[in-house]
Amino acid sequence: MSFPWAEQYTPKHPVMQWVDEKLPLPRLVYNAVGAGYPVPRNLNYFWNFGVLAGLALVIQLVTGVIMAMHYGANTLVAFSSVEQTMRDVNAGWLMRYAHANGASFFFIVVYLHIFRGLYFGSYKAPREMVWLLGLVIFLLMMATAFMGYVLPWGQMSYWGAKVITGLFGAIPVVGEPIQTWLLGGFAPGNASLNRFFSLHFLLPFVIAAVVILHIWALHIPGSSNPTGVEVKGPQDTVPFHPYYTAKDGFGAGVFLILFAILLFFLPNYLGHPDNYIEANPLSTPAHIVPEWYFWPFYAILRAFTVDFFFIPAKLLGVLAMFASILLLFFLPWLDTSSVRSGSYRPTFKKFFWILVIDVLILGYCGGAPAEEPYVMISQIASAYYFAHFLIVLPLISRFEKPLPLPNSITEAVLAKHGHSDGETAAVPAE
Amino acid sequence: MVRIGAFLVGLFFAGWLLISFLVGAVAYVTDPPAKTVEHEFHQAPKHVSFSFDGPFGKYDRAQLQRGFQVFKEVCSACHSLHYVAFRDLKALGYNEAEIKAIAKQWAIKAPDVDPKTGEMSTRDPVPADYFPKPFANNVAAAAANNNAIPPDLSLMTKARHHGNAYIYSLLTGYQSQPAELLKAFPDSKTPEGLHYNPYFANLNLAMAPPLTADDQVTYGDGTKATVDQMSQDVAAFLTWTAEPKLENRRRAGLATIIFLLIATGLAYMSYQNIWADKKKAA
Repeated sequence: MSFPWAEQYTPKHPVMQWVDEKLPLPRLVYNAVGAGYPVPRNLNYFWNFGVLAGLALVIQLVTGVIMAMHYGANTLVAFSSVEQTMRDVNAGWLMRYAHANGASFFFIVVYLHIFRGLYFGSYKAPREMVWLLGLVIFLLMMATAFMGYVLPWGQMSYWGAKVITGLFGAIPVVGEPIQTWLLGGFAPGNASLNRFFSLHFLLPFVIAAVVILHIWALHIPGSSNPTGVEVKGPQDTVPFHPYYTAKDGFGAGVFLILFAILLFFLPNYLGHPDNYIEANPLSTPAHIVPEWYFWPFYAILRAFTVDFFFIPAKLLGVLAMFASILLLFFLPWLDTSSVRSGSYRPTFKKFFWILVIDVLILGYCGGAPAEEPYVMISQIASAYYFAHFLIVLPLISRFEKPLPLPNSITEAVLAKHGHSDGETAAVPAE
Repeated sequence: MVRIGAFLVGLFFAGWLLISFLVGAVAYVTDPPAKTVEHEFHQAPKHVSFSFDGPFGKYDRAQLQRGFQVFKEVCSACHSLHYVAFRDLKALGYNEAEIKAIAKQWAIKAPDVDPKTGEMSTRDPVPADYFPKPFANNVAAAAANNNAIPPDLSLMTKARHHGNAYIYSLLTGYQSQPAELLKAFPDSKTPEGLHYNPYFANLNLAMAPPLTADDQVTYGDGTKATVDQMSQDVAAFLTWTAEPKLENRRRAGLATIIFLLIATGLAYMSYQNIWADKKKAA
């Protein structure tokens, strides 16, 4: 890995010189997250969430490996082995609640990270690869979270697995054989639980590998920034360490406080009570709902209620749900505006906030029972979701007149902070 | 090409969703969904307060012991508690000799294998045993209970929304079916062998009212055993069985948050300090 931007590392201590010669690992760290990586000086708090997502991944890996030491991947004992962990393993309750709520926090920070990317146009050239790899991570996270939710073998685990693998059953002709092949049987059972456990253990390490690629791809052009104006010279940047390590340290503290409040005082707030009932294939829960982070997509899935000629509504819903995520892969080529930051795009900004509210509405409807008026609301909201990315956004980027951009990052920073000392700042005309 | 393809896909999905919406809306107006008896008559749990409410609440040991007594004398005849062991009762304030005696005198014996013949046998439970199940299997449980299997109670307060208030409401909520219900939904008369209870999801519960009269149990600590009191006590006990580490969790949480507040404060000051020269005009 070499970063075109990086300031090169010169080891001073003879031991470090010796190590650097044999294995330039200190050089890599220095270049990637140390003083060697120059970063725009004007990043706001939204740029904290990448590091926080990394922190959440580490929390999941550590608590998950410990949970796996006490877990029995067998339908006969899975539920009770989790309860044993909660009751008889030292700090087992802490590991389990941290792992379950850690998944939620992982999604919270990743959603905010994606929000940042969407608003500030981080997906645009030359950072398309960063965006694409980020989406790969997001898809892997969804698969991992889904399989992890099956492992405690509660009612929602079982019925969630049945519904989600049932999505593949909607594919014509080959659907049912695929579903049977995925589950290793006609319904979720021991074979499914074993493979889900195996993959749930494997995928986080795949995520970690893609995270490395994501960061590598980021370091080729370097970080974007809230103005969307590229770095013009050294006055526009600060070294990652100590400037952003300090800021990320503060961000991590705030993240951990919020995480601790949920984990220690409301550990079951985001969970579903039915998952404290052991899986029972003979008793279907009144409302089968996935975890909250899947609700917007679940709402899109259920919004299709009318067959399109020979295509059944269920298949349409499945296609739409996958399309709602896959369309994000095309985003760099759908939004052709050369201005990155939403701050300088008045029309884009309005529609962007409509999209945010739209996704929140979809999330609410996805968690609600499949009854009216929620189905009708999710139909309108899903329609806007697709229209926004596939129709509105390309049109905006063609016809919108963006606001004038600052000449450089430094100029933007001075306009914001320079009023008080008035030496070099461009004082606005009054 | 990408944009034309996207436009067509977007038009298809958005258009078909709007058509689905119109179809649904027309159906909703012309043929509004019928109201269900559960929707009209199911009630949210009553409000009830416990010593462990709030972020710093603790279990009331005397109440847990009373609740355990209700479980022992009433509930355990039909309901198992198989994630809880006798040794766990230490948390309720019993000493080892008392726990040994409770286990030994438990009405249901622990299953075992005769060490000489290898035949199935039973013996008196010991503190290491989990609470023995009252029925050999689900078939026996269903046969003895009008085809309904009494659920395990270990996790009941976490397996229902507002679990402890739900238990309390269910136990105190038995009543005769309201006349308005029968008038509006003549087909929804409570079937023979079931019992009307508006706090139960489908309103008709197989369990007969278990706590029917005051002083059904005699509390050792002199507390008057009203139905309301017994219901609260057993709800508190079942909160403990579902979340035995609640107090440890809150204690650890308080310490963690105090630590994190200090650490985050220091991190903030260090952030401000490092950035001091960059926040001003360069």
